[in-house]
Amino acid sequence: MSMLEIKNLTASVGDKEILKGISLTVNPGEVHAIMGPNGSGKSTLAQVLAGHPAYTVTGGEVLYEGEDLLELEPEERAQKGVFLAFQYPVEVPGVSNAYFLRAAYNEIRKSKGLEEADPMDFIDLLEEKLKVVEWGPEIMQRSVNHGFSGGEKKRNEILQMAVLEPKLAILDETDSGLDIDALRIVAEGVNKLRAKDRSFIMVTHYQRLLNYIVPDFVHVLAGGRIVKSGGKELAHELEAKGYEWLEDLAPAGAA
Amino acid sequence: MTAVAERVSAPAWLAALRAKGAERFAATGYPTSKDEDWRFTPVAPIARAEFAPSAPATVTAAALRPFIFGQAEWPRLVFVNGRYDASLSTTGSLPAGMTVSSLAEALASDPSLEQHLGRHVAVDVTPFVAENTAAFADGAVVQVAPNADLGLPVHLVYVTAPGTAGASHTRNLIVIGQSARAALIESYVTLGDADTYLTNVVSEVVVGANAWVEHVRIQRESEKAYHVGLTHVEQARDSHYRNFTFAMGGAISRHDLHVRLNAANVEALMYGLYLGRDEQLVDNHTTIFHDHPDCRSWEVYKGVLDGKSHGVFNGKIFVTPEAQKTDAKQTNRALLLSDTATIDTKPQLEIFADDVKCTHGATVGNLDTLMEFYFRSRGIPAEAARRHLVYAFCAEVIAEVAIEPVRTELERLVLDRVNE
Repeated sequence: MSMLEIKNLTASVGDKEILKGISLTVNPGEVHAIMGPNGSGKSTLAQVLAGHPAYTVTGGEVLYEGEDLLELEPEERAQKGVFLAFQYPVEVPGVSNAYFLRAAYNEIRKSKGLEEADPMDFIDLLEEKLKVVEWGPEIMQRSVNHGFSGGEKKRNEILQMAVLEPKLAILDETDSGLDIDALRIVAEGVNKLRAKDRSFIMVTHYQRLLNYIVPDFVHVLAGGRIVKSGGKELAHELEAKGYEWLEDLAPAGAA
Repeated sequence: MTAVAERVSAPAWLAALRAKGAERFAATGYPTSKDEDWRFTPVAPIARAEFAPSAPATVTAAALRPFIFGQAEWPRLVFVNGRYDASLSTTGSLPAGMTVSSLAEALASDPSLEQHLGRHVAVDVTPFVAENTAAFADGAVVQVAPNADLGLPVHLVYVTAPGTAGASHTRNLIVIGQSARAALIESYVTLGDADTYLTNVVSEVVVGANAWVEHVRIQRESEKAYHVGLTHVEQARDSHYRNFTFAMGGAISRHDLHVRLNAANVEALMYGLYLGRDEQLVDNHTTIFHDHPDCRSWEVYKGVLDGKSHGVFNGKIFVTPEAQKTDAKQTNRALLLSDTATIDTKPQLEIFADDVKCTHGATVGNLDTLMEFYFRSRGIPAEAARRHLVYAFCAEVIAEVAIEPVRTELERLVLDRVNE
């Protein structure tokens, strides 16, 4: 069974249709890159999959492990293993990173009928996971993303992913705004989490992330549709030629 | 109202002070909505109740235990229905430099009180102060010697016994000596969760030169009761005073915090947190007098209002022409959890010096939907997410309290409320 099956998905924000019929299949262990120009609908796709309330699904179907994903509340999606690394991670003053992660970790355990983690065991687990993003324990006492630099916010998303161990991770422009060191740390973090039963959808504007995280498939989104799919070499072609030549591939009527 | 006065064999100055209060209160009565300072806080229910002085009562140590926090060695003064109860208090081993007593006792034995009592709070500042001055039965006197570093806070606990239906007029006097370091906590609590009564408190706080003082006020009255308090602080040069005012009880509650920066290079930090639900009305008025140059005041008040509750915040800052280089910042943030909760918030800055930095900001909002989605996207259900976010909103200001066990207690109170 495929991990994720998107069939002719359409979605809008307000009166504006943004996704105009997306179809995509992701199998366990695969890494799919979604590329495309600004405004093509890449981030919308990522957020619709996570259940962002700003978007309305107007048609199509999304099956996650055979189940209707769109019927699930955002928290149920997360509990079943869907994780969105936000393009703009949200600052939560007053909630420490440690508290937030433990709350999320325990909710996911609870949803599986497991007991809450012993606080000491959780500290040990955190210590392990912090290594994934090359961080010390100090970060855990800071408020979630509050006053973090752009790079720290993205690292924090990867740390959350490492702790929550999703089956399907959707990375929304995780590379944007990162300097080269932060990009390396984030990309290596992702690579450490690659596994045969874990799939990734990476939304990115630039090819450079794909030098670090090599995808199995590359899809180009333009005007709310996937206009071209290919292997990792497609990313290089985009890097060389830009996105303009693809606009012609978009069906008539698409932006 | 005068029934309690005769309990104390009053020195002449005190009799005169009380007479002044009585006279003033007889002239004004309780404020009405025509009074600008009480426009959003109708106290007619208090006037209508015509509370007699509350009767003396006793409570057991066991009944009081849920309201005691911190460390066993903290000195504690307990007042029941406005009267000192030595048996519930722990004043045996006070830190060096600290003296504590009940006001009723001190008035009989300590003539130095005349220098302070009623000297800092004008009798006519509010009608409730006038009434309090006429009618106070007792209260706490805390004095800290110059250069003393107490190490332990003193906890003043004012408990209303179950079944009380009267008024307790409480008067506190806190005098911190030069270069001393001290902390005090006031807790207003009840053992009658549904009782209707009045607590009317006036506290005068004198902060000596170069002293450091933390002052926390926790108001947990019955949600059917009325609580009116005024705290007046006088700060001498180079002193640091930090106040945290927490309110979660009372059908109507009102606290006035007046801080006079009475010399140069003084710093005052004022934090507040209030929680309203059902039909509670919770009012905070703060007034800062920047009378001298090179002083700093920093103020953050936050409120969480649910149900049909109503919050009022008024922040006055007066900067005299002499008070150059004043640095004053005021922030009021209210979180409305329902469509029927309301807040009236009003900054009031009157600045007569030209070289100053004075800012104010007020925000009123609902829970941030993006934050809520962020929690949900990590597997935390919507309802729990909202609880976490309300708690976080409160925790951010609680974090400003310096004494750790007080922070823990405030966090517990907020968590209990949020999880109800």
